[in-house]
Amino acid sequence: MLTYTLRRVLLAIPTLLFISLVIFLLLELAPGDPVADMPLTIPPEVREKIRASLGLGEPVHIRYLLWLRAFFVTEPLHWIDGAFGTAFAEGQQRIISFQSRSPVFDIIAQRVPQTLWVVGMAYLVGVLIALPIGIISAYRQYSWFDQLGTLFSMIGFSVPTFFTGVLLIVIFSVQLGWFPSIYDTTLRITDWSSFLRQVNQMVLPVTVLALFNAAQISRFMRSAMLDNLTQDYVRTARAKGLKERTVVLVHVVRNSLIPVVTVIALGIPGIFGGAIITEQVFKVNGLGQLLIIAIQGNDIPMVMTLTFIFAVLIVLFNLIADILYGILDPRIRYD
Amino acid sequence: MTETPLRPPRSQWAEVWDQFRTHRGAMVGMVVFLAIAALVILGPWVYRVDPTFINIRARNQGMSWTYPLGTDQLGRDMLARLIAGGRVSISVGLTAMALSILLGTFIGLLAGYFRRLDGPLMRLTDLFLALPLLPLLLVMVLFFREPLATRFGPETGIFVLIVVAIGVTSWMQTARIVRGDVLALKEREFVLAARSIGTPDRRMLSRHILPNVMSPIMVSATLGIANAIITESALSFLGLGFPPDFPTWGRLLFDAVDYIRDYPERVFWPGLMISLIVLSANFIGDGLRDALDPRIRGR
Repeated sequence: MLTYTLRRVLLAIPTLLFISLVIFLLLELAPGDPVADMPLTIPPEVREKIRASLGLGEPVHIRYLLWLRAFFVTEPLHWIDGAFGTAFAEGQQRIISFQSRSPVFDIIAQRVPQTLWVVGMAYLVGVLIALPIGIISAYRQYSWFDQLGTLFSMIGFSVPTFFTGVLLIVIFSVQLGWFPSIYDTTLRITDWSSFLRQVNQMVLPVTVLALFNAAQISRFMRSAMLDNLTQDYVRTARAKGLKERTVVLVHVVRNSLIPVVTVIALGIPGIFGGAIITEQVFKVNGLGQLLIIAIQGNDIPMVMTLTFIFAVLIVLFNLIADILYGILDPRIRYD
Repeated sequence: MTETPLRPPRSQWAEVWDQFRTHRGAMVGMVVFLAIAALVILGPWVYRVDPTFINIRARNQGMSWTYPLGTDQLGRDMLARLIAGGRVSISVGLTAMALSILLGTFIGLLAGYFRRLDGPLMRLTDLFLALPLLPLLLVMVLFFREPLATRFGPETGIFVLIVVAIGVTSWMQTARIVRGDVLALKEREFVLAARSIGTPDRRMLSRHILPNVMSPIMVSATLGIANAIITESALSFLGLGFPPDFPTWGRLLFDAVDYIRDYPERVFWPGLMISLIVLSANFIGDGLRDALDPRIRGR
């Protein structure tokens, strides 16, 4: 298991390097000049100096290596400095956003909590809805509950989140006025009433994302349960006189959860991508909205860093899912 | 000795159709899909209103006999725009799906059949699966919109860009499924027999392997239409898809969101169309998967 983990981690490094190169070259190919929007009265030599100060004077491969160095060396060192009061990263160049001229990671750090609150909560709620639906659907296969569950997951899977989001806004905030349609990120939780306001504004975005996630996970749970319900060990458990409740909820569910847990882990990076749309619908100023603004503003360091962070998340959770599968299921042997 | 009456011989597709018909969801899905396709294809001949005609005096109208679905903020007829948008959305869906299926099948066949290519091609597939697709799509569309628009004209340029962008980022699942099936087929006796009479690789693939992996390809093609339509709408919804005077369902939804407080019905129709077409494509895919599976068929 350890050698397998090590091998996978080692394999992840070239993968990530390659992905970063692909993203870098794609952004490099893109036409678009960060100084193009500046006033035409700026003389050409000053314009060149501005370009150089943005780090655009160097050739492509040098800039790529500088970016890699900044991402993998300077930024972690800077973080260590901030945490322990050391001075490793003193005077080293960090990744600077073209738009705001401040370090990219500082802006990202401001945006992460909003995304994590909304997206993380939505995923949690989605999983909590999905598991019981999957279990009951499988246990009562072809019953009306199962049929309804199938329809529900099909609809949840097919109706895009930007439509469910807008529809919920129309119903619950325009017509009924129960929930706000815009997520207020300046809200600080200080007392009970501000906490209630926070819960209130989270209801709609969380519902949208949770329904979408629950639709997929409940299907996986159902099919995993169906695979296990006909196994011999279930008959044995029943034969030795265990209560039906124990058989299903302890024996079958625990075994069925093995593949589902890995699916849940694999889905985590995907929801950050899906959150781009939901954040746009509810005007949450999280990572997704930051990416959209950066793309529209030609802010290449920001786009590069954010996209690469999404790629790191995907590779990381693929790794976690594979290792988790090996740990949870002793029958799986990778070596 | 009496002859047992044999059933008349039937083609494989008749059997598939029989099985498909028993899947209620798939049949409803097919009816809905064909109805929307008919509306979108035949619509402009029946409902002769120009979707780009601006009539500023008749803006923001509700439903009426002259404007069945009302008009938008510039007085353009919503029904005509919905039909025109559907044409674009569905053709993007179909073309992007065709491209992704072509790529996926090609890579899957090569990786499954030629052992030397298997490793590199599957690593490539894994790399593509690890790419953050939605951010990359956004980057591609925004940055390459201008050069392609100047080269092919604004409409064709965007169309080509979006179709290619969706196509090259969605072939991986098909490639994996096809590769898996080809690997299993390669060990079968009929392949051995074909090889023993000296069939060249090219004909081996086209005559023996490809026809046998058609079922999973058809299923992923159906699901691919749904995926492509959703992706295109999402891009348009983020304001990074088609330009405003070139309506698609996603674009109509995006434009309507600004007026959501006063005219919520404008959001409803395009969203409903996207949802219905995706839902029906997914149901058809589901039914097709059951119908093409010989283990389920005939039970």
